[in-house]
Amino acid sequence: MADPAPDTTTSELSSRVVVDGPELARSLTRMAHQILEANRGADDLVLLGIPTRGVFLARRLAALIADIEGRPVRIGELDITMYRDDLRANPTRRVGRTAIPGRIDDAVVVLVDDVLFSGRTIAAAIDALRDLGRPRAVRLAVLVDRGHRELPIAADHVGRSIQTAADERVQVRLSELDGDDAVTIGRTGGTR
Amino acid sequence: MRHLLSAADLDLASATSILDVAEEMQQVQSRPVKKLPALRGRTVVNIFFEDSTRTRTSFEIAGKWLSADTINVSAKGSSVSKGESLRDTMLTLDAMGVDAFVIRHPSSGAAQQVAGWVKAQVINAGDGQHEHPTQALLDAYSMRHHFRSLLAERDEAPSPGSGTEFQGKKIAIVGDLLHSRVVRSNVLLQRTLGGEVVLVAPPTLLPPGVETWSCPVTSDFDAALAEADIVMMLRVQRERMAGGFFPTEREYVEGYGLTEARLAAMKPGAAICHPGPMNRGVEISSAAADAANSLVLDQVAGGVAVRMSVLYHLLGSDIGATQ
Repeated sequence: MADPAPDTTTSELSSRVVVDGPELARSLTRMAHQILEANRGADDLVLLGIPTRGVFLARRLAALIADIEGRPVRIGELDITMYRDDLRANPTRRVGRTAIPGRIDDAVVVLVDDVLFSGRTIAAAIDALRDLGRPRAVRLAVLVDRGHRELPIAADHVGRSIQTAADERVQVRLSELDGDDAVTIGRTGGTR
Repeated sequence: MRHLLSAADLDLASATSILDVAEEMQQVQSRPVKKLPALRGRTVVNIFFEDSTRTRTSFEIAGKWLSADTINVSAKGSSVSKGESLRDTMLTLDAMGVDAFVIRHPSSGAAQQVAGWVKAQVINAGDGQHEHPTQALLDAYSMRHHFRSLLAERDEAPSPGSGTEFQGKKIAIVGDLLHSRVVRSNVLLQRTLGGEVVLVAPPTLLPPGVETWSCPVTSDFDAALAEADIVMMLRVQRERMAGGFFPTEREYVEGYGLTEARLAAMKPGAAICHPGPMNRGVEISSAAADAANSLVLDQVAGGVAVRMSVLYHLLGSDIGATQ
C-alpha cells in the first residue's frame, strides 16, 4: 500500500517513470483477461481493492471485466489497517473504508493492490477476510511486483514485475488521485 | 494522545478522526465475526465506582470487539468497600500491568487525579458532575449522521473529514444542567467542532460558573426551540425533585419539557437527542422520544462504535501513548 499522499515535488525530481500511461492501461487489460481466464468467467467473482490505490485499480479492472463479459462484476473495498502487524510501532493510523458487496462466502475473491513488496499488507488482508466470511478461493492481483518478500506470498496476476533495490521507492500514480497514470521508481527515502 | 479526561483534550483533527473511525467501527456490528485485532494483547480495566449499565457495557463490548482483554471492576464488593483509598486501589490494579483504565467516579476530577497516579492510560467515563467526554463524542457522532443525512436528502455531498458539519448549527441543551456532566463535555467539544450551544434551564438548575462558558444561557425554551437544529434533552432526576430546584413536576414539564406541542414547533430538519435514561412524560414526551427525528436509538447504537474508536486512538499505537 503506497502512501495516500505522495510528495510529488521530491519524487518527480528524483524518480524515473518505468511504466507510462498506455503501458499501464495495457497491463490492466491483460490482467482483466487473466482473471477471467483463471476463473473461467465472472461467476462468483468479487474484486476487493485495498485502499488507497488498490480501490481505484479494482474499479478499473471491474470496468474492463464488465466490458469483456457484458455484465457487471461485484466490487468492494477492504481496509487492513486494524490487521497490520506494525500497528503499534507506528503513530495512530487513519482507518480506511471497508465495503463488502454482500456475502463473500463461497465467492472467488480477488484482492487488488498497487504494489506487492514485503507481502505484509496481503497477509493482513487475508486475516481480515477470515473475519468477513469464507471465500471459496482468494487470489491476488497487483499492478507491480517489486520483489523483496518477507512472507511466503505470491501474486496470481501481475501487471509488471520490476527489479528494484530494497531502498528504492516504487510509486503507482493513478489519474483519479494523482492526475496521470504511471509507475515510477525513485530513491526518495521511505520503503517503497 | 495519552489520556482522555476532558472533551477539551481533543483538537479538531483528533475529534474528527475519532468520529471518522467510529463510522468504520460501526460496520463491525453487522459483520459475522465482530472482532478486529487492533488491540490484541492490551488489557483494559473498566472500573466503575458508580452504577452504569450502558456506558460500562458499551466500553466492555468496544474493548472486546477490538480484541483487548477487558475486565470489569465495580466498587461494590471490591477492596474499596473494605476502606481502601482510591489511590491504593488504582495503584494496586496498575501494578498488575493494566494498559488502560476506563473510570467512572462520583467525584468530579477523579479521573484527572487517577491519571496522575498510574502508569496506565486513563479514559474518563464520567466524573461526578464534571465531564463525560465519550458521551459528548457519541452525541456529536449522532448529530453528524443527522446533518449528513440532511445534506444527502438535498443531494449535497458533505466534505469528508473536514469537520465543518457543525459550523453554524444551533444545539440547545435543555434541562438539569446543574447535575449533568454531559453538558460540560458537549459545550467543550462543540467549541472545537464549531456548533453553537445554547443552554436552556431554570435558573436553579444552572451550574455555578456557567457565565464563563461563553455560550448563551436562557430560561425561555420556546425561543431557543424555534432556532435549534438539535434539541438535546437532559434527564431530570426524580430523586432530586424534592430538592427545591423547581416547584412541581408539572410546572417543570410546562417550562422545560419537550412536549407534543413543542415537538410540533421544532424547526424543519431539527432532531432530538437524549443521553438516556429517559423519563418519559417529564423532560421528554413519549411522542418526542419515539418521533421520526429522535436520535435516541442512534445514540445507543453509536455508543459502541465511538468507544471503539476512542480505544483505538488511545491504545492502537505505542507512539503517542506515552506523551
